[in-house]
Amino acid sequence: MIGVHTAVLSPVVAAVAQILVLVAALAAVHAPLGAYLARTYTSPNHLRAERLWYRVVRVDPDAEQRWTTYLMSLLGFSLVSVLFLYGLERLQAHLPWSLGLAGFDPAGAWNSAVSFTTNTNWQWYSGEAAAGHLLQMAGFAVQNFVSASVGMAVAIALVRGFARSGTDARIGNFWSDLTRGVVRVLLPLSAVAAVVLMASGVIQNLDPHTALRTVEGASQHVLGGPVASQEAIKDLGTNGGGFFNANSAHPLENPTPLTNLVEIFLLLVIPFTLPRAFGLMVGDRRQGWAILGVMAGLWAASLALTTWAEMAGPGAAPQAAGAAMEGKETRFGLAASALFAVSTTATSTGSVNSMHDSFPAPGGGMLLFNMLLGEVAPGGVGAGLSGMLVLAVVAVFVAGLMVGRTPEYLGKKIGRPEMTIVALYVLTVPALVLVGTAVSVVVEPGLAGVQDPGPHGLSEVLYAFASAANNNGSAFAGLTTGTPFYEVAQGLVMLAGRFVPIALVLALAGRLASQTTVPATSGTLPTHRPLFAGLLAAVAIVVVGLTFIPVLSLGPVVESLS
Amino acid sequence: MTIDIRNAPAGSAAPGSPTTGAGEPRAAQRTTPRALTWAQVRSALPGALRKLDPRVLYTSPVMFVVEVGAVVTTVLAVVEPGVFAGWIAVWLWATVFFATLAESVAESRGKAQASTLRATQKQTTARRVVAAQDTPAARSRMDLPTVEVPSSTLRVGDVVVVAAGETLPGDGDVIEGVASVDESAVTGESAPVIRESGGDRSAVTGGTVVLSDQVVVRITAPAGSTFVDRMIALVEGSERRRTPNEVALNILLTSLTIVFLLAVATLQPFAVYSGSRQSLLVLVALLVCLIPTTIGALLSAIGIAGMDRLVQRNVLAMSGRAVEAAGDVDVLLLDKTGTITYGNRRATEVLPVAGATPRELAVAARLASLADETPEGRSIVELVDAHHPSVECGVSVGSEPADPTHTQHSTGGVGLPDGAELVVFSAVTRMSGVDLPASATGGVRRIRKGAGSAVELWVRGTGAQVSAADGEQLAALVDAVAGEGGTPLVVAEQVGEAPARVLGVVRLKDVVKEGMRERFDQLRAMGIRSVMVTGDNQVTARAIAAEAGVDDVLAEATPEDKLALIRREQEGGRLVAMAGDGTNDAPALAQSDVGVAMNTGTSAAKEAGNMVDLDSDPTKLIEIVEIGKQLLITRGALTTFSVANDIAKYFAILPAMFVTVFPQLDALNVMRLASPGSAILSAVIFNALIILALIPLSLRGVRYRPASASALLRRNLLIYGVGGLVAPFVGIKLIDLVVSLLPGL
Repeated sequence: MIGVHTAVLSPVVAAVAQILVLVAALAAVHAPLGAYLARTYTSPNHLRAERLWYRVVRVDPDAEQRWTTYLMSLLGFSLVSVLFLYGLERLQAHLPWSLGLAGFDPAGAWNSAVSFTTNTNWQWYSGEAAAGHLLQMAGFAVQNFVSASVGMAVAIALVRGFARSGTDARIGNFWSDLTRGVVRVLLPLSAVAAVVLMASGVIQNLDPHTALRTVEGASQHVLGGPVASQEAIKDLGTNGGGFFNANSAHPLENPTPLTNLVEIFLLLVIPFTLPRAFGLMVGDRRQGWAILGVMAGLWAASLALTTWAEMAGPGAAPQAAGAAMEGKETRFGLAASALFAVSTTATSTGSVNSMHDSFPAPGGGMLLFNMLLGEVAPGGVGAGLSGMLVLAVVAVFVAGLMVGRTPEYLGKKIGRPEMTIVALYVLTVPALVLVGTAVSVVVEPGLAGVQDPGPHGLSEVLYAFASAANNNGSAFAGLTTGTPFYEVAQGLVMLAGRFVPIALVLALAGRLASQTTVPATSGTLPTHRPLFAGLLAAVAIVVVGLTFIPVLSLGPVVESLS
Repeated sequence: MTIDIRNAPAGSAAPGSPTTGAGEPRAAQRTTPRALTWAQVRSALPGALRKLDPRVLYTSPVMFVVEVGAVVTTVLAVVEPGVFAGWIAVWLWATVFFATLAESVAESRGKAQASTLRATQKQTTARRVVAAQDTPAARSRMDLPTVEVPSSTLRVGDVVVVAAGETLPGDGDVIEGVASVDESAVTGESAPVIRESGGDRSAVTGGTVVLSDQVVVRITAPAGSTFVDRMIALVEGSERRRTPNEVALNILLTSLTIVFLLAVATLQPFAVYSGSRQSLLVLVALLVCLIPTTIGALLSAIGIAGMDRLVQRNVLAMSGRAVEAAGDVDVLLLDKTGTITYGNRRATEVLPVAGATPRELAVAARLASLADETPEGRSIVELVDAHHPSVECGVSVGSEPADPTHTQHSTGGVGLPDGAELVVFSAVTRMSGVDLPASATGGVRRIRKGAGSAVELWVRGTGAQVSAADGEQLAALVDAVAGEGGTPLVVAEQVGEAPARVLGVVRLKDVVKEGMRERFDQLRAMGIRSVMVTGDNQVTARAIAAEAGVDDVLAEATPEDKLALIRREQEGGRLVAMAGDGTNDAPALAQSDVGVAMNTGTSAAKEAGNMVDLDSDPTKLIEIVEIGKQLLITRGALTTFSVANDIAKYFAILPAMFVTVFPQLDALNVMRLASPGSAILSAVIFNALIILALIPLSLRGVRYRPASASALLRRNLLIYGVGGLVAPFVGIKLIDLVVSLLPGL
């Protein structure tokens, strides 16, 4: 039915219509889901299932942790996650439901273990050819839930830092936050989403992949697996690791334009809703609106540019072919591919329904820029809000000076300790991206993976490291990363790109929570007005822009000007 | 004993009417705001060169990086001489030099002031009282046995005697006597001031000169750390430590520098990959252009100049932290008396009761006040003379006034007749007045003025029957005046032995200084709440507060109440500023975040505050707040400007670097710069010259007008953000037009 309708609509109308439907759906759930999230993390009550779980793992969910304890709990949990996943991957051949697949080699297992624990879900392997059902369900799917919940926990801890006044740096309980995120938010939402996806044609079974001979005599590979359940959390938790190699371009993961829209909705829904929870928790919903406005504005601008580049953009090949359809699924078309690509790079998802390598240069550059922005518009579950709040601190600092007061954000003074933390945060990811890319384009094993020489090759490598450092996980394709060099390097970058910023955000949260909140006066710079929101957006773009303009100018810019 | 001739009153100070300084307009600005002059620049040159020492420069990471870049390019230019390399090296050195020059110029202004002050520090001889024979009785007789010692050997607690013509040997409190003192060496105020024991005008400053009389002074500061010593250290900047906000900004600038170091360092691998290896020279040039050199170069100059601006307004901040805190102040405590009002109640109106004419009342009030030397009394005479010029005293006027001084205020008016007897105010009668001798028109005429109840008692005492209606009318008048914040003064008269009768009420009122309402409106616009502190009762206080336009009132305030109020505000996270002079104020001054002590005040107050106002003008708090804000705004504006500049520099340099390998990048050369070499050099030159161009702004500070935070942000973003974006496009293009003419480039 959908196919019939889109056929009679002009492409532009269809593009606008699906964006409007998406925005309407996001707007409809914004207030209720935001309130639910805020309640999830502030309610003093525990569910019976949660209490049982706390007793099993022997933690006291009501013990408020200082930021250092919170961080140690988080790192300890993540370390165990990496080791468990590593073991599962290495021992796959000896475990049930392996579909007869071999274990991962050490470099590959390290890369994937880190990749899923850090919410990156970079995949050097092909899902259907390397991972059996047990690894998918007990390994990857579990990390899809918990790594997303870790991201939300960190953001909530930061929000508590702003909301609390004069504590001794206590910012909540990691185990409680982690558990509630999974039990109260991710599990119920992804259960609903999985049912919707199944109803729309996504498969859900435990069948092995089987080879058949068709009536015509051709051989065909029929794939099976618990796809819908994994697909739901893949998008909802901004994970992005596909069950199959083709990810959301695969018809069994994403069969129709409707499932496509559902998946885009899923990957945007929590990141765009967290600002509401933030506003509620700091007791000023307008602050949430301002953050949401900046996120939505940047996302919309990126979408507009990419869609324009897709549908009317320059480039010799697309013009010769009539449209930039290379690397796209015909059942989605250009606009839906652009919408998915922008949303997946602007969040930290990284699932794809088209090959980003094939986007016209300005569009591909935009996707790259979305990630380089630090994935803050709206960003990964939790990580996006954290990143945007850190940028807000930078914006407040500059703006505060310009109005002649010691800068303060939400009643917290931004002094030397806060600026040190924020400066390190802002430095970390660009350093990883630039150094990683620079090393890779000069050393032999790095250059070996580059498919296209010249500016496009540079874009490919830059994209890979931007994706790893920002824990996105999408690949530009074109770059062969299944080599020990990239597996190890990417693993290190993913690890540092995830946990260094988390440590800094928690330190900031602790610092803020121990400060006494300063009441706002009429001399305080209001941070909920469009003026400040505009400044925040400008800071985000300028900070990133100035850092990456040189390398971008040798990659996507040169390509675009060709 | 030596007398410091330089400080002798002749010429500089004109002895005459000594002033207390409080609330008086300043006679002369100690230093008029100076524009940047060539002489200043020339005198700052040696200092600027000394500051190029990397061991000094490393405290500013941004400029240190530039200096390293300058060294590297110089080496490159020597190893491989070339016009381009030579020019780049020269301009990088110029960039560093302009930065040190800015700081040096800022410091030189203070140095001039310091040398003036140092002149007051001549070694003098003190007459120290021999401690054993120092008894109160001997003190009051002022004949204390003294020994002559050098002033540098004085210790805290020593007691010295200083007579007219002598220089005070150190800071201290007057413990006996009263003297007029010439403090022009410290305050720049030429009129002498009164210093006396007890009360709030007891503090004397070392280096100032006693003009008349003799005082006994207890030394409160050891030699070497006196007020003048601290002033010298402050204005010279030798004690300058970075303020918290400056440190935070430096962290931001350092992280930006690291980001750009990374961006430029990794650019070489990308360039190699792209087949266009860059020379180290070009990379250094790019780096210097990108890092925030404009603000990095001017940051310390801005801080020093901020302190200097305070000194120019005769305020000494004991720490830069206090100046910064001033910009953040949320609550301002101001004493009513002397700050918001003129300090004395003044007569503003005469209100006769039924049965008396306005003229009758005016005449009586005037007569009763002619000999009254209190400011209130004088104000009654002035009011009557101004508004009832035809008033005759109703007595014969042939003779000279009893005492010429009593008439000096009744300009052209008529004095008291011979034989008039003054009735002075006493706490028992709570009245004052005059008894006029019997004349042709009647018997002895007694006029009394005072509080309503006291006068009423007197009237009844003379046998007068006050009717209920009259009593009520008077009570209504009295209440009306009191309710409006005034003080009612009831006037009555008795002629001969007839019963006395009440004539009416004179309204005495605290008069709010002109322009106070506007100043409080400004404060409100800046987000600062003003609180008036007064000992008056609630009704009076509220009425004056409403008239002056302050936000809040602390009435019937004791020093403890004041301290409690400050603590309460601070617990709510607010920053409090206050001005004070008395010993009573010291705890509150110490507790407040910005405490401005009046120079006329006690040493306890000066010790407790973190600023001292040499003019002793409490309203200066408002200016101090503005200077604090201006300091931060200047930093913020130049940071924004500096970062915004980078975009144009990218447009200049990146195409120049890579146009040979990617010709399509020429599309980014939007300024159409002549050649890659001239483009890079023009960007470097612009980067250096903009520092030079902004030195005056950094010394003067960005213009500040009280406005809401949003309005300020919008304005400054527009000027320094958008301006910073556009200016370099124009500037680099213009420089390129010249640079492209250079031979060999």
